Amino acid sequence: MNSIILQTTSRLILPAALVFSVYVLLRGHNEPGGGFIGGLIAAAGIAVHAIPRGRTALFAMLRVWPKTLIGAGILLAIISGMPSLLLSEPFLTHQWPFASLPIGTTLVFDVGVYLVVIGSVLTFLSYYLER
Amino acid sequence: MSAHILLTLPILFPALGVALCALFWSNKPVQRIVSLVASVGLLGSALALTAAVYDGTVLATSFGNWDAPFGIVFVADMFAAAMVLITGIMAVAIGIYGLNGDIEPRENAFYHLLYQGLLLGVTGAFLTGDIFNLYVWFEIMLISSFGLLALGGTRAQLDAGIKYVTLNLIATTFFLITVAFLYGITGTLNMADLARVLPTLENQGLVTTLAVMFLMAFGSKAAVFPLFYWLPAAYHTASAPIVAIFAALLTKVGVYAIIRTFTLLFDGDAGYTGPIVAGIAIFTMVTGVLGAAAHFDIRRILSFHIISQIGYMLFGIAVATPLAVGGSILYVIHHIIVKANLFLIAGVIERAGGSFDLKKLGGLYASLPMLGVLFLIPALSLAGLPPLSGFWSKFTVIKASLDANHIALAVSGLLVGLLTLYSMLKIWNEAFWKAAPASSAEPLRAWQADRKTRLLMLTPIVALAAITLTIGLFAEPFVDFSMRAGAQLLDKTSYIDAVFGPSQNITEVNP
Repeated sequence: MNSIILQTTSRLILPAALVFSVYVLLRGHNEPGGGFIGGLIAAAGIAVHAIPRGRTALFAMLRVWPKTLIGAGILLAIISGMPSLLLSEPFLTHQWPFASLPIGTTLVFDVGVYLVVIGSVLTFLSYYLER
Repeated sequence: MSAHILLTLPILFPALGVALCALFWSNKPVQRIVSLVASVGLLGSALALTAAVYDGTVLATSFGNWDAPFGIVFVADMFAAAMVLITGIMAVAIGIYGLNGDIEPRENAFYHLLYQGLLLGVTGAFLTGDIFNLYVWFEIMLISSFGLLALGGTRAQLDAGIKYVTLNLIATTFFLITVAFLYGITGTLNMADLARVLPTLENQGLVTTLAVMFLMAFGSKAAVFPLFYWLPAAYHTASAPIVAIFAALLTKVGVYAIIRTFTLLFDGDAGYTGPIVAGIAIFTMVTGVLGAAAHFDIRRILSFHIISQIGYMLFGIAVATPLAVGGSILYVIHHIIVKANLFLIAGVIERAGGSFDLKKLGGLYASLPMLGVLFLIPALSLAGLPPLSGFWSKFTVIKASLDANHIALAVSGLLVGLLTLYSMLKIWNEAFWKAAPASSAEPLRAWQADRKTRLLMLTPIVALAAITLTIGLFAEPFVDFSMRAGAQLLDKTSYIDAVFGPSQNITEVNP
């Protein structure tokens, strides 16, 4: 779809969506938000970029295949559950290595979800884009 | 090893398999290695889990360390661990068999990812202690199996895939609705908690209604009469390794769910549900075996036999004595190995004889006598001839039904065994015994020339036949294990205590 309006606005929408998606991802720690909704926002921004430019532009911008993102995301989510097993606690018991900072394995899990959502939406979308 | 690790690893290995297959989605050799290593890991961790629960302990863990009944618990008793172990054996055997080239055109289309996804769904369903979580594993299993069935994209496969996914979606939706009702009357989804709350409810009529609804939802998964229609519509289109893993695991998850819910949750009104299940079991056995008698495609014959054998596995719930429940467990264990092996052999027959159609086959005993012997072991075991594994499992369930005066059940079980023998002898006569048709020379030459393929396909078959013979000839430990597993199922306290701790006497949360 060769739309000048969409091409021009997407230059604004893409960076805004990406920044906002990261904000929502981090905010999900204690407030509404998180990896799933953040991933959807990022994927929506990338979709607006890709729809007028086509499939090649999408892959050129991502640099990795969307399917690889899915795999990396699942792997991150699984890895985030591992430290608790080593400490002989149940799988996915989240760990907080820093006493004062709210950064722990939940963030790794959320980033994993974020990547899976982006990857799945873009894999799905890529079959419908112009080559 | 702690219970947390033991219970997590069987789920973790297939999950890692899915993740790595997705990460290396364009690299076939890496995917093959990942898939095999994950399957071997599943088998190894299942062995460790079974060893840990062998003495009758029940292990429980709660992912994320949220306490039951609010967190999602995973529980392994002897029955669940045995099912996970069988899943591991199947994962490795069929994983090796699948390298024979049958699935090569499908590897690009995520064969290995979906294979691991299927294993993930199945092990999760066996180990979960939360009824809603069971629904989630069912969905994972359904999506993966739909993908596997439709891979290849031929017209027949897509036709089968649509029927399969539509009919199964109806069943899972029904399951979900029933879970919602259950939550509505009890306020909990944890199965151990449900086991405590359900008998205290005033409205036991409603509980029985829900039990029958669960029976319909899981019965559709398990392919019992009259809900089996999706199975013969779909199974005959997939290639041998895929249909073997389906035959081994999919319907058995439904059977597992029936046995689990009807021993743990809905055992209060066995006088009402017992005769219903007995009727279902009789009709399932008879329609399945008659359907098989009518067909001439090996895959269709074997598919209908899956249905008829499911009937025997319901004896435990229909009769509801410790002997019957133990017999059902032994039956499931024996059946998975035998049935998967028969489908694997059907794949070999197709390679060496050129067709799945019995009319186009013949003379295989003359050219490949060892294959004939390998076929007879699971075939006669399926029919229940001594001294094979099928004899002991049939003997136990039929003895249990006679003891409890379920004469109709016992008689139809014996008759269906006879008709099963008829079907197996039909395959034997047509594929192995009659004169070889002219068209079969070419595939036979190709089969005999390709040593590597033969090795890949026959090793799992020999291994599974050896397990069948072991269960048959050294039945004592297997029967003993099944009986103890059955007794453990009927005594709910060990399961509940494992989830909530023996000392804690939490008062029922009942809105």
